[in-house]
Amino acid sequence: MEDLFANLSHGFAVAVSLENLFLCLIGVVIGTLVGILPGVGPIATIAMLLPLTFNFDPTGALIMLAGIYYGAQYGGSTTAILINIPGEATSVVTTIDGHQMARQGRAGVALGTAALVSFFAGTVATVVVAALGEPLTRVALLFGPAEYFALMVLGLAFAVVLAQGSLLKATAMILLGVLLSTVGSDLETGEERLTFGLAELADGIDFVVLAMGLFGFAEILRNLESPESRNVVKAKIGRLLPNWEDFRQSFMPMLRGTGLGAILGILPGNGAVLGPFASYAVEKKLAKDPSRFGKGAIEGVAGPEAANNAGAQTAFIPLLTMGIPPNAVMALMVGAMTIHGIIPGPQVMTKNPDLFWGMVASMWIGNAMLLVINMPLIGIWVRLLNVPYRLMFATILLFCAIGIYSVNNDPSDVLMTAFFGLAGYVFIKLGFEPAPLLLGFVLGRLMEEKLRQALILSRGDFATFIENPVSAFLLLLSLVVVVVAIVPAIRQKKEEALNS
Amino acid sequence: MSNRVFNWFGLISVALVLAAGNAQAQGYPTHPITVIVPFAAGGPTDVIARIVGENMGKTLGQQIIVENVAGAGGTTGITKGSQAQPDGYTIMMGHMGTHGAAPALYKNLKYKPTEDFEPIGLAAGTPIVIVARKDFPAKDMKEFAAYLKANGDKLNEGNAGVGSVSFTSCIMFNVLVGAKPTRVPYTGTGPVINDMLANKLDYACDQIVSVSSQVQSGNIKAYAIATETRSPALPNVPTSTEAGLPEFKVSAWNALFAPKGTPKDVVAKLNDALVKALSDEGTRKRLLDLGGVIPEGKERSAEWLRDFVVTEVDRWDKIIRAGGVVAE
Repeated sequence: MEDLFANLSHGFAVAVSLENLFLCLIGVVIGTLVGILPGVGPIATIAMLLPLTFNFDPTGALIMLAGIYYGAQYGGSTTAILINIPGEATSVVTTIDGHQMARQGRAGVALGTAALVSFFAGTVATVVVAALGEPLTRVALLFGPAEYFALMVLGLAFAVVLAQGSLLKATAMILLGVLLSTVGSDLETGEERLTFGLAELADGIDFVVLAMGLFGFAEILRNLESPESRNVVKAKIGRLLPNWEDFRQSFMPMLRGTGLGAILGILPGNGAVLGPFASYAVEKKLAKDPSRFGKGAIEGVAGPEAANNAGAQTAFIPLLTMGIPPNAVMALMVGAMTIHGIIPGPQVMTKNPDLFWGMVASMWIGNAMLLVINMPLIGIWVRLLNVPYRLMFATILLFCAIGIYSVNNDPSDVLMTAFFGLAGYVFIKLGFEPAPLLLGFVLGRLMEEKLRQALILSRGDFATFIENPVSAFLLLLSLVVVVVAIVPAIRQKKEEALNS
Repeated sequence: MSNRVFNWFGLISVALVLAAGNAQAQGYPTHPITVIVPFAAGGPTDVIARIVGENMGKTLGQQIIVENVAGAGGTTGITKGSQAQPDGYTIMMGHMGTHGAAPALYKNLKYKPTEDFEPIGLAAGTPIVIVARKDFPAKDMKEFAAYLKANGDKLNEGNAGVGSVSFTSCIMFNVLVGAKPTRVPYTGTGPVINDMLANKLDYACDQIVSVSSQVQSGNIKAYAIATETRSPALPNVPTSTEAGLPEFKVSAWNALFAPKGTPKDVVAKLNDALVKALSDEGTRKRLLDLGGVIPEGKERSAEWLRDFVVTEVDRWDKIIRAGGVVAE
């Protein structure tokens, strides 16, 4: 414990140097901007800024790049709440209740809550990274393909809980998402699947393309149909700070979200994406009145946002302690470290204590900066909603198109997004929710990969999932979750049938 | 207007035309140059392109912009690059996979490594290391090879999927030692190392930059490095020759190429800038820190690269045939 304090204070000494404070500030400001511009993600931004950091000392460079990453998580929730576009997989869930709150004139409270819980989660996660980094990574390493597959199954089980309205429709959307995730080259043989000979599909569908289309473009199409339907939002900016009642409702979800996000963030293979979904599902189950979810429940913002930010932070643990990047952004950080002559791995902590502890401390400082920057800006963001549709939609479309193009520098991606926009519009018209589809898509890819790896390793024996205690437990839990979700729905159906 | 003025006009215009023709090389480059990197940002090829590109940009007086076009083992980006305007403003970073193993692996490949490019020069390579889980029951390469041969498909080899460096270099290794393991595909080498640390995988062939820290800290074992000399990043790991497998020489080389038809003088300028970058102290240090191998002397010329690509395509064709890999 004393070591921890000594280390952290050493880290703070490094992080509060004028240069590092400044770099941290630049990082989080750029990150926030990048998060707010739909489509332009932290990956492209960090890649573009990498050469600029050549002349910085490595600690400062990494502090700035890390700032961009978690700054973007903050910014990403802003677009999710205000214009219903999740910039990152982790902010998909925020669109569900966050955007509803905005429609009800509570955009300010939604954004304020998101910023406050993110700060709280960030603070806790910083301590977790500092104190438990090493031992937690050892636990995460125990997750092999079989355990990981079981975890993905649990994720999909959560997705069923996540569903609003018809359970059947939600399940159909999840399965469609999983199906879409199988488009592209086969992992094992390299054979193309479901590409219809289109070279553009050979590497599968990009998450950004699908999300922008289903959420962004489709949302605009729907709004064009009924002009100025958001009069409510226009009329009122609403309070920025949550009141006592909001605070009371958000407190426990925030704690639970932080815990879930922090744990899932450590898992290799981008476990962080599961955090917000898991948190949302848990809150919906625990709520006295689950029907409020999907209609602007503040718990549906507080929990997932806390999970999102906690996961973003703890995702650094496998990178910093073992040198294993859990997602694409962290892979870029590996690149950034190697460019500066630091090979990420277990010895970073002992060989470069300035870098390790400086970065950990800077995460807390960065989160504090984000709160200070973002709280006053909320008013401005909310006022953006007052921009007339004819200007706003054109601008959103333009930024989306730029963002999508910038991912792979490929114009066909923009066309594909337009296609998914149309599909999303049809889905909305038919009463299908896009969120479960996106979750199925995100989890499906990992799930197939892990399923096949597990089966190759077990030489085709399915018993591997049950013989292994961790995966057996997770699979059992998934079963329970699904049953708990389905049984009331069936009972309700029966009652409806009996009453009518 | 008098005749004399006309003559002057004529002379000046002729001079201007000549100057303009010359300016193509003299003035090149007048705007930033794009380097297509056919892999995601952050990987070894990307990092090398950015390090070398930064210094080349200083020499050329124009920025070099990296554009990542990932997909299909790097062949998507190289296909795009091969179809670009041959004006020297779009070049690409090809590597052992895209310009060596790809023709044997992808039967629908839309370019020919030996014909559709103007080679600029070799940039830097990262050596391949044979690594295994910590408690693998073999103390050196000889025992390791014998164990692999004896245990056949009971052993699990991890790789980053069809077309990746770890995939192709391990084909070569397996053919040489006569191993027939169960090959487990992943989406990158990060998860491969992860599952090796968790004792789910037995061994892998990977670039030094991805494994050196794990080997140094004793989390995984390294049996050999596939180069002529030991690497300063892993001084205790024997070369493949020392370990008794001299035929196993493979490095994930990276080299700059321009599309076919790019003017000779433009290619020469790019080669000159590349050579300067490879001689620059700061750039060299960055590349060496990566565990990279920097080409020296004649290996830096465009002509050497042209011949090298021919031998690589031929070599990989034989290896992949011997490995019996059926790909798309």
